[in-house]
This record gives sequence, C-alpha cells and structure tokens, in this order.
Amino acid sequence: MTPDEARLSRFPWPFTGDAYRYSANVEPAPKLRRTPVGAWGGAVLDVDADYEAELSERAAVLARDPARHVELPHMRAATWDALVWGLRELAATHPETMSLAGAGRHLVWSNHRLGLTQGFRLGEEDTLPMAPLRFLASQIQEDVVLLDQREGQLFADAGCVTFASNWSMAFDLGMSFREIHGPVPHDLADGAIPRAEQFLMRLQPGEVFRRINWTSTAGHRLDTALDSYHEWGPSRRALATGDLAAVFHMRNEVQHLVRLPESGAIMFLIRTYLLPLGEICRVPEWRRQFAAVLRTLPEDILQYKGLTALRPRILAVLEAEPVEAA
Amino acid sequence: MIAGPGLPLVVDAVLDVAPDIRAFVLRHPSGDPLPSFVPGSHLPVFCGEGRINSYSLTGESGAPETYAISVHHRRDGRGGSTFMHALRVGDRLACGLPRSAFAPVASARHHLMIAGGIGITPFLSHLRAARRWGRSASLLFAVREGAPVPHAAELDALCGDLRVLRGRAAMTAAVEAALVDQPLGTHLYVCGPEAMIDDVLERAARAGWPAERCHAERFGAVLPPGAPFEAILRRTGRRIAVPAEASLLDAVEAAGIPWPSLCRQGVCGECRMEGVEGTILHRDHYLSPAEREAGNCLMPCVSRGAGLITLDL
Ligand code: HEM
Ligand code: FES
Repeated sequence: MTPDEARLSRFPWPFTGDAYRYSANVEPAPKLRRTPVGAWGGAVLDVDADYEAELSERAAVLARDPARHVELPHMRAATWDALVWGLRELAATHPETMSLAGAGRHLVWSNHRLGLTQGFRLGEEDTLPMAPLRFLASQIQEDVVLLDQREGQLFADAGCVTFASNWSMAFDLGMSFREIHGPVPHDLADGAIPRAEQFLMRLQPGEVFRRINWTSTAGHRLDTALDSYHEWGPSRRALATGDLAAVFHMRNEVQHLVRLPESGAIMFLIRTYLLPLGEICRVPEWRRQFAAVLRTLPEDILQYKGLTALRPRILAVLEAEPVEAA
Repeated sequence: MIAGPGLPLVVDAVLDVAPDIRAFVLRHPSGDPLPSFVPGSHLPVFCGEGRINSYSLTGESGAPETYAISVHHRRDGRGGSTFMHALRVGDRLACGLPRSAFAPVASARHHLMIAGGIGITPFLSHLRAARRWGRSASLLFAVREGAPVPHAAELDALCGDLRVLRGRAAMTAAVEAALVDQPLGTHLYVCGPEAMIDDVLERAARAGWPAERCHAERFGAVLPPGAPFEAILRRTGRRIAVPAEASLLDAVEAAGIPWPSLCRQGVCGECRMEGVEGTILHRDHYLSPAEREAGNCLMPCVSRGAGLITLDL
C-alpha cells in the first residue's frame, strides 16, 4: 500500500448525509466505523504508519516554538492525570509494542516503536525529561488540550498543540469554552456550542466521546497554527493557481473528549488527518456526498472555512466525470 | 442521574470508626486495581430492593487497590444503612462506577472545608489531594458534644489546619469568623446535615461570597433511572414495554426498529421523534421550551413517557 492508499483506507469521512450543519455531534468512543474503502475509529489514540514522522515533526515544531506547549500552574495534577491516562490507553491498545508497568506511584513506560524506556514517579516532574503533558505529546499523534471545570464553565488552561488548524494554543490559554468558540459563526443561534459545553460538564470519569470536524489545507501540511501563519499562509495561494486535485486537502480532525479520572479535568484530543481532493475523487460515494454538502453549505460556514471562492472549482473537480453509484 | 455501568465488589474489611459509623473496605473480586476517582466522588451502592445509596469514597484516589466508605447507621432511614451495617467480610456488593459531583476547584487560592458529622467523608479524599498537590486547605468539623471524632487520626495526619467544634454555638461562631477572614480566591465546601448546609450557605451569601465559590454536597439517594412505561407503535399497533433501566431508544431498537442516534445523551438532536402522543417527561438538553410545550416530539435517548404513550412508528 502506498502512503496515500493507507491514508485513504483509514480516513475518517466526516459526512453521514448530504447536508452539513453545526451540531453537538458527539458520540461514544471508541467505535469502529466502516467506510467504502476501509475503517476508522477503533481506538481512541490512533497510532498509524505516520507515527514516527508526525512525532518528529511535532518535536521540531516545539524546538522552534516552545510556546506551543503552555500550562497554568493549577493544571499540574491534570497534566499527570493526562499522562497516565494516555500511556495506559496506548499500552492497552498496542500491547505488542507498548507497556506501562510498575507499582504505586513508580511507573515504567516502554515504547518499542520509538525504542524508548522511561521510568518516572507520579507527581515528581524532575523524574521525566520534560513536562508530563509534553511527554505525553511525544508519544501520541494527537494534539492535547486540558480544560479545567469551575464556576459553571470550562477553561482551556493547558495544552500541547503543534498542529492547530488556524488557531493558537498560546493565544487561547486560559480562555473559556465560549470565548474560544467566539469566531465560529452560525452557531450561537443554533446553540450547538453552549449545548456541547453543558454536555462536557456532565461527562463522568471514564466516559469518552468523540466528534469530527472538517476544514481544508493547501498541501499535506500539519502545522497550520496561527503562530506560524507567516510560514504557511502564502502556500494557500497555490489553491488559486495550482492543480486543485493535488493541492486542496480535506483536513479532518477526530476529536476525543475524556473526563480524566483523578483530576476531573476534561482532556480534548485532536487528531488531524489530511487527504488530497484527488484521493477523495477515487471514492464515488465520497465524491458525490462532498459535492452535495458543498452545494448546500450555508454562506457563513463556507466563509469561516475559507471555501467561498474555492467552491465552484472544487465542485468542478468533484463533478468532472459522471459518478457511478458505489 | 443513573448509576451507570456496574462494578462488582467484595467486602474486604469492616471496622467501627465511631458509634453507629462503620467503615467498609471494598476490593475487586479479581484483586485488580479499581478505577481512579476525582476527590469528593461517591460510590453508588445497590442496597437491596432496588435502592441505590451513594457513599463518599474516603481512601486513595489514584488506581487504588481498595475503596473505603463510611456508613452512618440511620435507624429511621429508608433501610439502606441497615442493609450496609449487616454486611460481613467476604460479602458481595453491587456498585456503580464512582461519580464526581463535589470536586475541589484546582485554581482555588485556598480551600475552606466545613463538615458536620458523617459529612466529613468527602473531605478525606479532598485533603489527600490537597496534600499531594500542595494545595492550601483548612477544615472546620462539627461533632456532637461528647461523641468521638470519626476518622480522627487520619484527619490529624492529613490536615494541618483542623478545628473540631463541639455544639452548634461554637460551630456558628467559627463559621462566621472564617467566612470573613479568607484569602481572596478561596472556595468554600460544605457537607453535612441539610440544615447545616443551608445555614452555612446563607451565612456565606450574606458575607458576600459569590455562589460559584460555594460548593455543597447533600446526602441522598441517587435518583432512580426513571419509572417503567409503555409505548404503542401507531403504524403496527405493537406495544413495547420500557423498563426503568432502559431508555425508550433502547426499547425501540430492541424491538428491531432501527432509529438514528449519536450521543444518546440528549444533546446532539439526532434521535428526535415527531408525532408523539401522551404525557412526555422531557429529560433532554436539546429541545427548546416551545418545542416541549407543543408536546408532540421527544428525544427517545433520554426522555420518557408516563403510563402509555403513542409513537408514530
Ligand atoms: C463537543 C464539543 C465541541 C463542539 C461541538 C465544538 C464545535 C466547534 C465548531 C462547530 C467549530 C467550527 C469549526 C469549523 O467549522 O471548522 C469549532 C472550532 C473550534 N473549537 Fe470546538 N467544539 C467542541 C469542543 C472544543 C474543545 C473542548 C476545544 C478546546 C480547546 C475546542 C476548540 C476549538 C477551537 C480552538 C476552534 C477554532 C476557533 C477559531 O476559529 O479560532 N473545541 N468547534
Ligand atoms: S441521540 Fe443525541 S439527542 Fe438522542
């Protein structure tokens, strides 16, 4: 299988119908979902063929810009909770290559995929080579945000996010859920964001839910954070001039929401998948459905997703030849 | 609030910590570590005859080998504590997963805890967490005149700023003084008899404490999942029963009728059913007040009927 084929077969297709609107689209996780060309969603933390490459890319981004990892002091307990939850989950999903052993507060993490063994003591920062949250982010392809719940609201008070889609973790640090979602249009009217927050605040320890979000990127580029806009912003010009089937990538985020068991913080995991338009066109059902969704997408959502000017050209690619039923 | 998935436990030890207060140590039958819990969490326990009582977890919260709870025997209660006090080592107990409803606020500058009698139990795990993460905490503990202090040794070891108060007058004076002498950014936590909680919250409000900084844990049974009811499917005339522990959506699916759903929590809007007749008990977070008022649609993943309802299926 080529990398493109592998990505295609595991791509989390975001649409279930021919129309897309914002909603509190959460469902219990994990749960394997089949697609016309494969499946996705069988594990909360998804380790795939791009594991090593994406983790080196994250390390490089963090080396250039350490502020992609930020925390407020009261999140210390939550970061340890996130680390242990994440390592346990990895070990449970990949027992052949990963394990978390140890007794009491002394634990040993082994990850053969990375050739790594690391012992540490819970709650003692100097037993790890880096902060607990950053260590977790060096073992999983997901970006991580931790939200503190207090006074009837959620606040994004810690995060290690290198692959943000046009936002900045450092800028959003300490913001409430409502403030973070301020730029999202067409929404407060429908109430999906407040409803989602109420739902998250009722999540009980041990519960895991997920949702998908979709948008677009020029080229196979994971780091499209606001922090590095000057680097990748100009590349969007290729969308206007280049071969759209190769340049336009659907950018899907599988987002998991976990109530951490000991700190009670909400962990928000964002896993980013990219697929070129040309690959989407290989799946007749996806091709037809994406076209139908684009045709009926409300103007303000189109605008927010940066698709207003592109829509006719994407449709032209999707509808270039008649699509047979899948 | 439903008790959630089950957790079978075995009584590992029983000890009397004060007259009428008995502590139970519980473990997993396999000896596996138990799920971690958020400080202040309670354990739903099935106490026979469909009763679910919740008891605060008092032990270590991180993947513990055992859970500990303390139960006050109320001879005039609904019988849950009598059931509990009859338990012996080796007995099996059906429990739910721990639920968090009285968590410490991590960003608080200081944690002021006020407990009355058996209301001390949730603070044991609060104090353990405070010590582990270096959080500042103080505790006022009202104990009846002449009664021994439950969990005295543990409290001494866990809390450097503990005051045991005997009698209502002493407690009231201590509470009044504490409420006006706290660092900015202090959060207040109260647990004990209803009357004491109401009294402390009222005094706090009068002293200018914002409601978001005041947290109370009231003891009481977990609400039962809902009463059983029946639904008639209009198009086929079939009648399906919805038992207390199942949702209407579960029952419809069990009857072999596929129906769209996503969250199964009443928030996403996916499972909406139109054309419903009968008395609807709305429990979702999705429908607007006007839609509820109209009385002909419901979210079957959480909402229920009373007696008999008719569905357009
Ligand atoms: C069930 C929970 C959630 C729902 C339903 C939800 C919904 C949404 C929606 C509809 C958008 C617009 C995306 C687009 O059209 O491309 C969005 C954007 C966003 N969400 Fe969420 N979200 C949820 C949880 C979270 C959480 C926990 C965080 C934590 C940080 C978060 C952070 C963001 C950010 C940073 C953006 C981009 C906002 C911007 O343009 O600056 N979301 N969300
Ligand atoms: S399944 Fe989401 S509201 Fe019922």
